[in-house]
Amino acid sequence: MTTETKPTIQFTPDRLEKAKEIIARYPEGRQKSALLPLLHLLQEQEGWTPAEGMDYVAGLLQIEPIEVYEVATFYTMFHINPVGKHVIEYCRTGPCCLMGGEEVYAHLRQRLGIEAGQTTVDGQFTIKEVECLAACGMGPVFQVREKYYTNLTNERVDEIIDELSK
Amino acid sequence: MAIKVLTEHINVPGIETFDVYRKQGGYTAVEKALKTMTPDEVVEEVKKSGVRGRGGAGFPMGMKWSFLAKPEGVPRYLVCNADESEPGTFKDHYLMKTIPHLLIEGMIVSSFALGANKSFIYVRGELMYVIHILEKAIAEAKAAGFLGKNILGSGYDLELVVQPGGGAYICGEETALLESLEGKRGNPRNKPPFPAVKGLYQCPTVVNNVESIATTSWIVNHGGDAYAAIGIGRSTGTKLISASGHINKPGVYEIELGLPVEDFIYADEWCGGIRPGHKLKAVVAGGSSVPILPANLILKLGNGDKRLMSYESLSEGGFQTGTMLGSGGFIVFDETACIVRNTWNFSRFYHHESCGQCSPCREGTGWMEKVLHRIEYGHGNQHDIDLLVDVARRIEGNTICPLGDAAAWPVASAIRHFRDEFEWHITNPHEATQPGAVFKGDMALV
Amino acid sequence: MEDVKPQLFKVTVDGIEVEVEPGTTILQAARKIGPEVAPPAMCYYQPLKGSGGKCRACLVRVAAGSAKDPRPMPKLVASCITPVQDGMVVENTTNPQVLDARKGVVEFLLINHPLDCPVCDQAGECDLQNFAFDHGAANTRYEEERRTFDKHDLGPYVQLHMTRCILCYRCVFTADQITNKRVHGVLNRGDAAEIGTYIEKAIDNDFSGNVIDVCPVGALTDKTYRFKNRVWFTKPVDAHRDCPTCSGKVTLWYRGEEVIRVTARRNEWNEVTEFICNTCRFETKNTSDWVIEGPTKIARGSVISANKYRADLQKPAFGQRLAAAQYKTVDDTRDTSQLGIQQLPPERFNKSLPSATE
Ligand SMILES: Cc1cc2nc3c(=O)[nH]c(=O)nc-3n(C[C@H](O)[C@H](O)[C@H](O)COP(=O)(O)O)c2cc1C
Ligand code: SF4
Ligand code: FES
Repeated sequence: MTTETKPTIQFTPDRLEKAKEIIARYPEGRQKSALLPLLHLLQEQEGWTPAEGMDYVAGLLQIEPIEVYEVATFYTMFHINPVGKHVIEYCRTGPCCLMGGEEVYAHLRQRLGIEAGQTTVDGQFTIKEVECLAACGMGPVFQVREKYYTNLTNERVDEIIDELSK
Repeated sequence: MAIKVLTEHINVPGIETFDVYRKQGGYTAVEKALKTMTPDEVVEEVKKSGVRGRGGAGFPMGMKWSFLAKPEGVPRYLVCNADESEPGTFKDHYLMKTIPHLLIEGMIVSSFALGANKSFIYVRGELMYVIHILEKAIAEAKAAGFLGKNILGSGYDLELVVQPGGGAYICGEETALLESLEGKRGNPRNKPPFPAVKGLYQCPTVVNNVESIATTSWIVNHGGDAYAAIGIGRSTGTKLISASGHINKPGVYEIELGLPVEDFIYADEWCGGIRPGHKLKAVVAGGSSVPILPANLILKLGNGDKRLMSYESLSEGGFQTGTMLGSGGFIVFDETACIVRNTWNFSRFYHHESCGQCSPCREGTGWMEKVLHRIEYGHGNQHDIDLLVDVARRIEGNTICPLGDAAAWPVASAIRHFRDEFEWHITNPHEATQPGAVFKGDMALV
Repeated sequence: MEDVKPQLFKVTVDGIEVEVEPGTTILQAARKIGPEVAPPAMCYYQPLKGSGGKCRACLVRVAAGSAKDPRPMPKLVASCITPVQDGMVVENTTNPQVLDARKGVVEFLLINHPLDCPVCDQAGECDLQNFAFDHGAANTRYEEERRTFDKHDLGPYVQLHMTRCILCYRCVFTADQITNKRVHGVLNRGDAAEIGTYIEKAIDNDFSGNVIDVCPVGALTDKTYRFKNRVWFTKPVDAHRDCPTCSGKVTLWYRGEEVIRVTARRNEWNEVTEFICNTCRFETKNTSDWVIEGPTKIARGSVISANKYRADLQKPAFGQRLAAAQYKTVDDTRDTSQLGIQQLPPERFNKSLPSATE
């Protein structure tokens, strides 16, 4: 027995417009190509990619929910668990480490009092370790949403955290 | 003044806008190609130029283009690989954010040459801000009549789609990229069939790197022969090098292929030398996957000649004493760098990025990371070094895609050239795990 | 007319020549010659479209690409997905590089495997056990911690032990083939990849039980058979019945007079020839339900085929582990919590389970 239930998560009207525009980019019958862009759109709206949202995206693209889960869990950008308001995606790869990335990272964790994968109790910050962000000449680097913060030092980190906490 | 194919106008204020780019001579290649050339003539010029793929493998671009199958009634696709995720490489990022129209212009010319009417630029998802820059540039080009239906009255239609990735290095591998673009997990495909026959949506497809595609405008404007006159031997033209690590001036440099490595590292025009008070220990010359070389081997060939920045010269000596140009991610290590730690770091990267389809890579990358982690943290055993060599050997060449090789090479080469340092970690675990401790044994620093 | 016959390709595997149709893979050509030269296959499954190419167990060396272009191929190739060319020369068991690579694949597949054969229902008919026995090294060089996973529940019929999974993707291809509403798949990536449904869901489809048969290891097992027996104490018998859903052609596994398990029939390569429905598999366990055809021809890979694991052929360490597996009593009362296996509540074996078709 199945009951049709209205999805609990839906795109806002302007995002739905955007989603339709994205789906129309691909050739007939290839709408599944819109999956990654729509997951980004979902995450932009919800802050992460909850299962209900993924089911909703599956519905928009007329694919099975498992096809969305398979994809969302493959790519590291999608948060499959709830996260804080600001997700600090910290580059942990070699070239950044050469520039003192590990020391600055230690400072960041100490400053926020959390480790990778954790969220501060006030729900403001989550730290996520990521691999090379293609900014090695400006290391150490982290990213918060779309913005790259480069040439980090302990002082810069403090400034940025203060700024974001406002 | 060295010739600049890609970056001549990169410092012109406002170059990211259509108007400024156009004033600097932009989009003349589109006019020339669409109005005065046939698609085959464009392919011919690219062939003549000898330009090789800048994404890592260095496969001649014109030859790749001529393999594209052209069955009747089936669309063909051009896909630009802007996934740039190889540690040490950040040139495509720089190019796209500063001079996006250069890539758009190249995409139009290349799509025209290949007969593609819908082309994709697959950008790694982390670079969302660059995606917005590209989308804006596309809208400007479209408004000016360089994209869309019947471009410049030539009857040729082209639409460009910018596709975001989702965070996966493996999607830089061309068939994984195509899977990802189809909305699937980025699992590389078994080859054959190659994309030139069955690529995106099972249609003939060419995948090229950002830098490769951006080069085509210059080639159309100046001719393939003029391009081939730049560079050295079979390494024609210029190459963007992403320089990082312990140098005075990290950044992206456009060099003429054939420049001595020594000049690149020490001359003020490029890296500006090792940071003050330090000495060169090692270099990873082409992105994290290529073999690491100690100072003496990166600067000089076996016969004492200077090693050059070119495909041939960098790989001279094979894997015993050579490396590869790869994607041009030039990572410089001074004597404060710990090779063991760096090797573990790179190993963790490949472990993290393995797609997990084939057993040697899925299991072997994790195994290598764990053993290296143990050695780095003072719990290594004497037999671990040979174990690592053996695991790397059994991954290499036995996997679906070259990520397996890319994971094996850094480990194998680090042990080949810095075995003493690994042994020091194992025999002096207490000393080696002190904060800031590095191996100070016998080695050539320059 | 004579000449409409497709031209056959001549292929040589380990010095033995065979003629096959164009489009045949190296593996199928080798199988045509016989089990002695057929490469092992852990992920490839002939009836499943799209399978193969992943596990790398079947790597072979192509010493000559074809009569026209007799150059060797630079790397070892996956024989299960590489089509033959006329005049191709293949080295399988005769090439040391191949044997070494295969040893490597066994080792890679085992480093994270729990080696819990003593409590695994698949023991005795496990492709990985066979592969390790035939191609592996005697001891392990792996000293790190083995991987573990969170538990997933796939419903009343199918038990998933993720730690045993080798990510062959066969069960995913099966689901794709038997339904257009697949609910399970491969989640996460790299060595964290796992089979699952993401949000707990039962795999419920008339044919879902077939994922058990295609699984090469004990990752997917039959909940109605769990811990009931060891395969080498059972007697397989071919039988059929008039089934409205499937062909009804099955193998019944007897312990004494009792049918304790029903599976699809397999060919000599351990591949299911016809999928069967869940009613036949899970709900029809009385001899009176079936028309008996006679004893099953034992698959080559089965432990009950003659002297599969003869002691004098065993390599010490693996042999010991295997011996330990065989001496376990049928009612396994060991504490299996360490192995991440949960005991099923008895009511799960009850015949009045809700039918998967409801
Ligand atoms: C694991 C892996 C990652 C790769 N990453 C990239 C990449 O980020 N960007 C790129 O252009 N090519 C990358 N490549 C190379 C591509 O597979 C392909 O060769 C290239 O895009 C072709 O373009 P080119 O001929 O213009 O270089 C990668 C290859 C592998 C095996
Ligand atoms: S080599 Fe690694 S990344 Fe490439 S297909 Fe195999 S598992 Fe995936
Ligand atoms: S059987 Fe060929 S790769 Fe698995």
